[in-house]
Amino acid sequence: MRSAATIAAGTVKPRRKLQKDHIRLYLLFLPVAVWYIVFQYVPMGGLVIAFQDFKILKGIGASKFVGLENFTYLFSLPSFLQAIRNTLIMAAQRLVFSFPLPILFALLLNEVQNPRMKKAAQTISYLPHFISWSVAGGLVYMLLSPNTGVINNVIKMLGGSPKNFLGQSQYFYGIVLFSGMWKNLGWGSIVYLAAITGIDDQLYEAAYIDGAGRLKRIWHVTLPGIRTCIAVMLILEVGNFLSISFNQIFALINKAVLDKGETLDYFVYRMGLNSSNNFSVATATGLIKSLVGLVMILVTNKIAKKLTDGEGGIW
Amino acid sequence: MKVKQVSAGEKAFRILSTLVLLAVIFVMLYPFWYVIVCSFSSLSHVQNTVFILWPDGLHLEAYQQVFRNELVPTAYANTLFVTLVGTAISMVLTILGAFVLSRKDLPGRNLLTFFVVFTMLFSGGLVPLYLQVRRLSLLNTLWSLILPVCISTYNLIIMRNFFQGVPDALYEAAVLDGASITTYLWRILLPLSTSAIATITLFYAVDYWNAYYYALIFITKKAVWPMQALLRQVIMSSEMDSLMYDDGIQNIASEMLKDAMIVVTAMPIICVYPFLQRYFVKGVMVGSLKG
Repeated sequence: MRSAATIAAGTVKPRRKLQKDHIRLYLLFLPVAVWYIVFQYVPMGGLVIAFQDFKILKGIGASKFVGLENFTYLFSLPSFLQAIRNTLIMAAQRLVFSFPLPILFALLLNEVQNPRMKKAAQTISYLPHFISWSVAGGLVYMLLSPNTGVINNVIKMLGGSPKNFLGQSQYFYGIVLFSGMWKNLGWGSIVYLAAITGIDDQLYEAAYIDGAGRLKRIWHVTLPGIRTCIAVMLILEVGNFLSISFNQIFALINKAVLDKGETLDYFVYRMGLNSSNNFSVATATGLIKSLVGLVMILVTNKIAKKLTDGEGGIW
Repeated sequence: MKVKQVSAGEKAFRILSTLVLLAVIFVMLYPFWYVIVCSFSSLSHVQNTVFILWPDGLHLEAYQQVFRNELVPTAYANTLFVTLVGTAISMVLTILGAFVLSRKDLPGRNLLTFFVVFTMLFSGGLVPLYLQVRRLSLLNTLWSLILPVCISTYNLIIMRNFFQGVPDALYEAAVLDGASITTYLWRILLPLSTSAIATITLFYAVDYWNAYYYALIFITKKAVWPMQALLRQVIMSSEMDSLMYDDGIQNIASEMLKDAMIVVTAMPIICVYPFLQRYFVKGVMVGSLKG
């Protein structure tokens, strides 16, 4: 009798306790949920001003609804079309030139025999990732300075005339490309190095016995070994195609290079917050970009999942 | 795998790869070295040397001028406040969110996860966020640099994945011993998760330390700017006047002033980075796993 009671208590009590624990869990989640509502979902609701003639003094409730007027206005603006073009060009050059570099760097690191040199190279190449873009932008400005910058010093020494790289828009794409490469080369290689570590050593030994040299081993063993990893990274990169770091552009751009330097994000900033306070048009731009980005991520994630049998997606 | 006989091709490969590696290391380090050397050099040295590799002594004039400005210590204090307070708030919220989402037996867990993850895919964007920060009267306060960004969904998911990796048997044992879910979190799970907590704390701290453009959007009072925002304005020369004094120092010296500002801003990160690097790399590896 007594033992039956304890058994019953033993099974019933935890269940009641479990419910109590669930309530506690919901309570623990409450501050997190409040944060997501206040700083994520309310601003999402704020997207409605893209369809209004929003006046900050009237607020969302009293501003006039104008339908798609802001969007038709946008597409008539040459600076908006130029911002789209700039974004696409910067994204394309990143995909073509910046994407393969960390792979090559990982292959190179993998071939380094001296472990101390390898470690040092890794530590040093990850460093730029942890520096803010305002510092990195500062470094770019200093190195390219027309007065004292080392690049112009070398140009002068070779007999050329110094160039104001950051004041002339034809150089801006290149500056974005190279500063981005500098900042992300090392950090981007970590994923590939990890994938290379997973390759079976026996494959290398077999290739060696078959008489394959270093380059052949890289080509026939290492690269096929990280093929999936590369494919997944490529797909994710395409999914984030439009996200040119606002951090980076904001640190490099100035009025003289606005025509080539203005990305969609910067256009939103300039339209909405910097010069004209045209909140509705800026929000409409942001909405277009968010929607296109959402579709691209969903599609590419689906492809990544298919490619790797459900392993490679981001969720 | 031991290579005993080194062929000519092998030798060439080794030399070439070492050279390329050294070149990469040089390119990564030289920009830092360049501004450090310039900031400690004399004006004539900076003006007249084509390829600066060493300073000509230890000139501190640029630093004296930087610290003579009252905006610099204020900005440093602002950065410290945002980094310390922000990281603390971020960690509390991230651990809470990650813990709740890691409990597989919780009814509605998938819905909550979607509620969180959806914000990674879609967001209101800059202007609605600005209007919300304005509505909450956070403009021109340091809280505008903390509250809108204090949860990184990415970090939260990494943390959740880590919590999910902890064996459930520990939880069941704790429950049998009469522990509540909060006791389990506090007494068992957190002490087991110190390495993940260290990694995520560092991620947040670096993000707060490095953030600058929200400061330039949400804050118009210079005295509330953090260091990175002040640096950006100095680099763009729009804030140069406030760092210049009427002592005849001209354009060229402003370049050295910028060098010194960069060094002052970047130094803390560069100094602590080598010691903490392994935690960061660990974070990437955890993050690349799916939950």
